Amino acid sequence: MLENAWIIPLIPAASFLLILFFGKRLPRKGSEIGVAAVGLAFVLALVVNVQWFHHVDNAGERSGHSEEATDDGWFAYAPNTNVAVTSDGHELTRAELLELTNKVEPASEGEHESVAPVTKDWTWFENGDKDINIGMLIDGPAVMMLFVVTLVSLLVHVYSTDYVAGDPRYTHFFAFLSLFTASMLGLIMAKSTLQLIVMWELVGVCSFVLIGHWWEEKPNSDAAVKAFITNRVGDIGLLCGVTILYWSAGQTFDILEINTLAVNGGISSTALTVAAFALLAAVMSKSGQFILHTWLPDAMAGPTPVSALIHAATMVVAGIFMVGRLYGVFFQGFDIGISTVNALAIVGGITVLGGAGLAFVQNDIKKVLAYSTVSQLGYMVMALGVGAWTAAFFHLFTHAFFKACLFLGSGSVSHAVHSFDMKKDMGGLKKWMPQTFWTFMIATAALIGIIPLAGFWSKDEILAGASQLGGDGNYTIFMVVGLIGAFMTAAYMTRCVYLTFFGEYRGHGHPHESGPRITVPLWILAGLALIAGAANIPAWFPGQGSWELRFEHFYEPKGAYFPSALASFEVPEFDPKIAIISTIIGLSSIGLAYLYYWKDRGPHGATERYRIANAGYTVLANKYYFDRLYTDGIVAGVKGPVARAAYWINQNVLDGVVNGAATVAAATGRFVYNRIDQGVVDTIVDGSGSAAEGGGQVLRQLTSGKVQQYGALLFGATAIFAGVLIFVV
Amino acid sequence: MDDLMLNQFLLLGAVLFCIGVYGVLARRNAVMVLMSIELILNAVNINLITFGAQHGDIAGQVFALFVIAVAAAEVGVGLAIVLIIYRNRHSVDLNDVDAMKG
Repeated sequence: MLENAWIIPLIPAASFLLILFFGKRLPRKGSEIGVAAVGLAFVLALVVNVQWFHHVDNAGERSGHSEEATDDGWFAYAPNTNVAVTSDGHELTRAELLELTNKVEPASEGEHESVAPVTKDWTWFENGDKDINIGMLIDGPAVMMLFVVTLVSLLVHVYSTDYVAGDPRYTHFFAFLSLFTASMLGLIMAKSTLQLIVMWELVGVCSFVLIGHWWEEKPNSDAAVKAFITNRVGDIGLLCGVTILYWSAGQTFDILEINTLAVNGGISSTALTVAAFALLAAVMSKSGQFILHTWLPDAMAGPTPVSALIHAATMVVAGIFMVGRLYGVFFQGFDIGISTVNALAIVGGITVLGGAGLAFVQNDIKKVLAYSTVSQLGYMVMALGVGAWTAAFFHLFTHAFFKACLFLGSGSVSHAVHSFDMKKDMGGLKKWMPQTFWTFMIATAALIGIIPLAGFWSKDEILAGASQLGGDGNYTIFMVVGLIGAFMTAAYMTRCVYLTFFGEYRGHGHPHESGPRITVPLWILAGLALIAGAANIPAWFPGQGSWELRFEHFYEPKGAYFPSALASFEVPEFDPKIAIISTIIGLSSIGLAYLYYWKDRGPHGATERYRIANAGYTVLANKYYFDRLYTDGIVAGVKGPVARAAYWINQNVLDGVVNGAATVAAATGRFVYNRIDQGVVDTIVDGSGSAAEGGGQVLRQLTSGKVQQYGALLFGATAIFAGVLIFVV
Repeated sequence: MDDLMLNQFLLLGAVLFCIGVYGVLARRNAVMVLMSIELILNAVNINLITFGAQHGDIAGQVFALFVIAVAAAEVGVGLAIVLIIYRNRHSVDLNDVDAMKG
């Protein structure tokens, strides 16, 4: 199955076409095809996972066999010169570097024996003597994403059969859910950067369609357009980055080759830095990083299952995945291994705090969760920025479960109260909706990072990575950012839970618990939010035997195309001090929020009393003025001056020319009119007019409107021309 | 295939073509016109196959197959148009259909 994993994206793709063409005629309007297809893809993804585990476990034996053949040519990494040298000192050529891609490293480093990725290539098209390939690249991260995407998508499909039931475009909705899943699966298996771009754009198009699913209302279609346009900004970065990499890596789109060359010094460091910055723009737009995050909260206009899919498994994690996929480029381009601060980590750090801050002032439950996603994505980017690859992907893994659970839970709530407004229409729902309440609580605890839920382990690994990795001074500042972020996360989620589930019910009518097709996916996701942390339990804990760090063991790529295969790279270790500090911070934050909301202590009404608090609130309520900046600053800034300049040129330059020309023209015109026009031209015009009329009268007879007369003319003319052809020519 | 056989087939094609052209130009009934068009197309088919056999080339037959397929589609559309004309005007006489008269 590993060799044939390319079938998995084709299943939902086929389902998209089937639903589109036959969906409306089926008893369940096409949803059964979608659920069945994604279910099948999920089963196959499980099979691929199991086989991948065997593949990884057998890799050590295989590298043992080939040890003799390879240990003379292995090279030492020299971080300062950025050039790979062999043990006898000569620089490697490009061809020699590329051989490393498939070479198996000797198992002397223990944990770092390499695992060959499973690949497949097909020629897409040929241009000159250059073959452009598409292919399949199955390695740790791809296998992990296969599992996450198919699982979340399956649950979202099941959930949607209830949630969007009765929608006029029900079939259409399921068709695009399938395409969305298919394009994301295609993206995670992409072997070439070109394929990556195609799938990346497909994901964007699907999100556009689904966010604007209810396009009859203007805000929804506006949100869809905004998501699409904002992503275009970053896509330019992606195009630039891929183009730079194509030329600097010696005309190749192959991700493995690019990574191998980047990691081992086959690409100049300037090209890598420029490419990494260009690709960073793409990550910022796709994964909702500051300053291109503004589309993400607006994307809440879409149906809630779509929000869950976008935030947990498909759209926004595409950016994170792309960084992890081209990690060699980012690692070398930003000097992640040896620097103390870099653009990737800074963008992530700002996003952690900025997103969390915005989550405080939202009254719409989905927007709280949206900004929470922005903040959590910031954690992932920050982790990648400090070099903690595994921590970032582990957080992606756990975040997918609890964030999907939270979103689906918010959908369940809104299904009951027909609103998303926490302050107006919710409150006290604990009593009415016990199942939604408990799953929401579990997912919230996982997000806050309460031990032993999933979020604790992944967030802690990021913090440990930030404190331990990096060059001379470490990335300690980002650990502090992460801790502050953890504090804010706990506080805004407590506020959200309080407003939704506690206190008095403020809406109308009697809310009711949702049906099983909504609650069962919630419970599955809540269960995973409980236990997913066990996938990467650190070695520090005694008594868990061979279960330690399984996630890292199976899913972290090992080989010459991935920077952690280098001797200089270390994996963060579990640090009990950080774990205890972050837990204390999280709990104290919950405690403060508890006092504030439940016990009514603390500075209530501060925004009315203190000017500085009010100013802070205003800034947050206006989303740091980013939207204002884009519409008034950039759009109007470009539009206004251009319009004014055009007006000025119009009034002064063009009008002057026109007026002058008009005066001359008027004088000339009078002369011409009196002498030439009246005398000469009129005669000609009148003559040609009557000639035309006469001719028209004659020709009019021809257009009788009788088809056969036309046909006779046609055949007659053809016969004459044929005669000319035969007898004359 | 010798030249005598070739001539016979081409003659058949030409005769068929002329009958078709006559039908297209002279018949007043739209259905008959469509049938005549079929005759013209089949005359072409005969020519294609004949020359294909003459040159020992399969392409002639392939083209003939294409023409047959296209003719089927064409007659489908044509009959649909005729049907709609009949519904609107209760006649398929081409002399009645002169809305394009100048």
